[in-house]
Amino acid sequence: MLGDYSLTDLSSIFVMQGFAGLILFSVYTLMALGLAIIFGQMGVINMAHGEFMILGAYMTYLCSGFFQTHLPALFPAYFFVAMALAFVASGALGMLVEWALIRHLYKRPLDTLLATWGLSLILQQAYRTIFGPREVGVELPAWLIGSVQVTDTIEIPINGMFVMAITLLITAGVALLMYRSRFGAQVRAVVQNRPMAGAVGIDTEKVDRLTFGLGCGIAGVAGSAFTMVGSTGPTSGQLYIVDTFLIVVFGGAASLLGTIASAFSISQTQSTLEFFLSGSTAKVITLLAVVGILMLRPQGLFTLKVRR
Amino acid sequence: MNAALLPSHIIGAAPAEKNFLLAVEGLTVSFDGFKAVNDVSFYVDPNEIRVIIGPNGAGKTTVLDLICGRTRASSGSIKYKGTELTKLSESAIVQAGVGRKFQTPSIYDDLTVFENLEISYPRGRSVFGALTFKRDAEVRDRIEEVAGMIFLKDQLLERAEFLSHGQKQWLEIGMLLIQDPELLMLDEPVAGMSVGERIKTAELLNQIIVGRSVLVIEHDMKFVEDIAHRVTVLHQGKVLSEGSMDRVKNDPKVIEVYLGH
Amino acid sequence: MISPKSTSTVHDNPFMKPMEWISLALLAAVIFLVLPMLLDAFRLNLVGKYLTYSFVALGLVICWGFGGILSLGQGVFFGLGGYLMAMFLKLEASSVENTKIQSTPGIPDFMDWNQITELPWFWKPFTSLPFTILAVIVVPAFFAFVIGSAMFRRRVGGTYFAIITQAIAAILTILIVGQQGYTGGINGITDLRTLNGWDIRTDRAHNILYFVNGGLLVACILFAQYVKRSKLGRILVAMRDKEDRVRFSGYPVASFKTFAFCLAAVFAAIGGAMFTLQVGFMSPSFVGIVPSIEMVIYAAVGGRLSLFGAVWGTLLVNWAKTTFSESFPELWLFGLGGLFILVVLAFPNGLAGIYRTYVEPRLTRRVKALEPAPAVALPHAAE
Repeated sequence: MLGDYSLTDLSSIFVMQGFAGLILFSVYTLMALGLAIIFGQMGVINMAHGEFMILGAYMTYLCSGFFQTHLPALFPAYFFVAMALAFVASGALGMLVEWALIRHLYKRPLDTLLATWGLSLILQQAYRTIFGPREVGVELPAWLIGSVQVTDTIEIPINGMFVMAITLLITAGVALLMYRSRFGAQVRAVVQNRPMAGAVGIDTEKVDRLTFGLGCGIAGVAGSAFTMVGSTGPTSGQLYIVDTFLIVVFGGAASLLGTIASAFSISQTQSTLEFFLSGSTAKVITLLAVVGILMLRPQGLFTLKVRR
Repeated sequence: MNAALLPSHIIGAAPAEKNFLLAVEGLTVSFDGFKAVNDVSFYVDPNEIRVIIGPNGAGKTTVLDLICGRTRASSGSIKYKGTELTKLSESAIVQAGVGRKFQTPSIYDDLTVFENLEISYPRGRSVFGALTFKRDAEVRDRIEEVAGMIFLKDQLLERAEFLSHGQKQWLEIGMLLIQDPELLMLDEPVAGMSVGERIKTAELLNQIIVGRSVLVIEHDMKFVEDIAHRVTVLHQGKVLSEGSMDRVKNDPKVIEVYLGH
Repeated sequence: MISPKSTSTVHDNPFMKPMEWISLALLAAVIFLVLPMLLDAFRLNLVGKYLTYSFVALGLVICWGFGGILSLGQGVFFGLGGYLMAMFLKLEASSVENTKIQSTPGIPDFMDWNQITELPWFWKPFTSLPFTILAVIVVPAFFAFVIGSAMFRRRVGGTYFAIITQAIAAILTILIVGQQGYTGGINGITDLRTLNGWDIRTDRAHNILYFVNGGLLVACILFAQYVKRSKLGRILVAMRDKEDRVRFSGYPVASFKTFAFCLAAVFAAIGGAMFTLQVGFMSPSFVGIVPSIEMVIYAAVGGRLSLFGAVWGTLLVNWAKTTFSESFPELWLFGLGGLFILVVLAFPNGLAGIYRTYVEPRLTRRVKALEPAPAVALPHAAE
């Protein structure tokens, strides 16, 4: 199949597909970052993570509509407001869910899985009732539309670059927060030894709630970014949940760097394969490779050896 | 090998020439660079009761973990009756005749005392064997016999979670006993027991160690003095001293790091 | 009967306790007498369809309830069973006679639509019914064996296993939908007609298949009961709570887990095959993530530790689903979602747990007067 293309064609294909992969990588990374915090740090399997993402997407959709009709002058900047709103809405819902549901189940990880699946069904139906069953798209401000011509054969869409920049910013922010701030230290203390963390005066319940909220909030921002590359429907989030979990597990659940590396390798493999094979075959091969590697190396790519 | 670390009685005699039940040589394990057990060698004779002592973090439990296969060695060898254990699976090590009691009582809370002992009965350990396992008279008699030895004859039908802490320890000892291991490894068997339970347990241990080798980790010096044939002192993952309790007690190195406290 | 104080009676391990015989009789009476008398052919066929899901729930009780291994990919095995049976039925329905208008007669219609001109090699053996029946059991068991032994030997924990089985369900769905020339794609394998010449679409055939299905279900329950009361059943429970202890009692833990997973897979596949026979088609919508996790809720509602509960739970949830989605389709997802949360938060042992806590103590007080049953209770969940 490679023989039909010249070398220049091929390199252009790799760059273009690579870039298409980078947008996918951005959405995956943001989704996975949130999940890595919730699953990797707290050990909670949040099957409703995709619905938190979609909440962010709907928030962006609402913002887009609101600015168009009421504040058209500020429309070019609406996306920043939308992302902040997405973060707040998903984060707040996440904290509510932690309070009502998750905190009762910390000792039963498999049961959180079932309960959050129930939650995801409820949220999907709620979206369907509120926003209707049809997929919705957002209006992009003019400055995000179009692409930059790099060479004759390679052009890069502006919104893609924007999403990537946002992703990098958020990733850096999360890394700072988790590894450099007092809050991050508290989260890790609670994860490693809950009773001890409580004994030294950390409000473990508050840390749990904030951690879960943070993970969900980042999912909301992922949803905001998602609106630029896909349209939003009540069940759009469900399509991403398996991929996202695989990414987190593949990266070695406790490692942020691993999560990013794994999101990168998975999205790049998939989008490169997609050019040559049908979309579904590309996806099957990618997922099979990940599952196969995980069967041989279940601890993921980045892990430490400790005494059990 | 560093001769200074070897126990005095075997210096001069090549270890391979003697019939040890357990020969640990050059055993090392590191967790991300930290050597929890560092080049440890010791030898256990048939029918010997060996006690391992040492301050917290000396690597005592890790040595037991390594012998029973729970942790894999980075290097070194563990030979049990001439078989290399470091390559075997945990279940194969148990089937070879090595039994292990954990530090905290590790029993099946949801099952009755009878079922706890039955699961430990050394028959029907394969999938098919367990499917076709029959609770025949031989099994019942053996369970009742062991239950008698561990003072739980009247509790056979009680769910294990309702036992007292001491009774749980005994049950776990009974679960080992029913396997009839040749090498019995006990991790702090009298920890957390009342004085009365402690006396009974010492009596029980003295009874069950007959005819087998025992490797015990214990902090209670009175208890150690009562049962130990020989003592191995671990410190920071290395063997610090070895020999009779008297010899070890008077070793200045030991006094400095351990008994002196 | 000897007095219950005598040790030989106390340590006996009867195949079923009196209450379990009563449960079995009750279930059999409902399946074989009450429902066939009360329901018309259409509704009875619907119940038959529900009962095929209860095979899956039954397997989950063994694998998840007893063994603590939550598989979110049971749809894979249900689907495998269903598809293998559908392949046989489809080939029988695609005789040269029936398909003479196609450009290549004698192959399934969807292959012809996808410009496939020859029957693929892996379809060919499915002209034989004995081979098909064997494959329905062996293929899923083999799959489960490969997945299980690869993962359990590497000590993959509960949550990882759940995620990976879920991914496998997703992969298989995408594969089936994508390879429509070989699998019938999103529509599945439809228009199935006869089984060795016997028309399976008539009311009478539906009726017979319903009873065959019920019989198979009872057989599977009895086998599950045999496993549960064997030493293997107790080891599964022991392993769920204290895996290390079991390992250091000399058991190869991975093999036991693999066995439980394979057994659950085979039960699911039998259910799938019976589904195809009774409903007349098989499609990827019974394979993927959503159906797989829904099947878990059947077992959870019935009680993850109760074999009979699994069947009742399946019937109840599906009855609710049909009723609600007929009259209030929007409410159903809220209801189902709420059910997941409610069962997990308030009733982790499902219907069987409610029965054991509230009904059984009263019942046994009455039964005791008649029969001195030993009170060695089934191990309850840790929670």
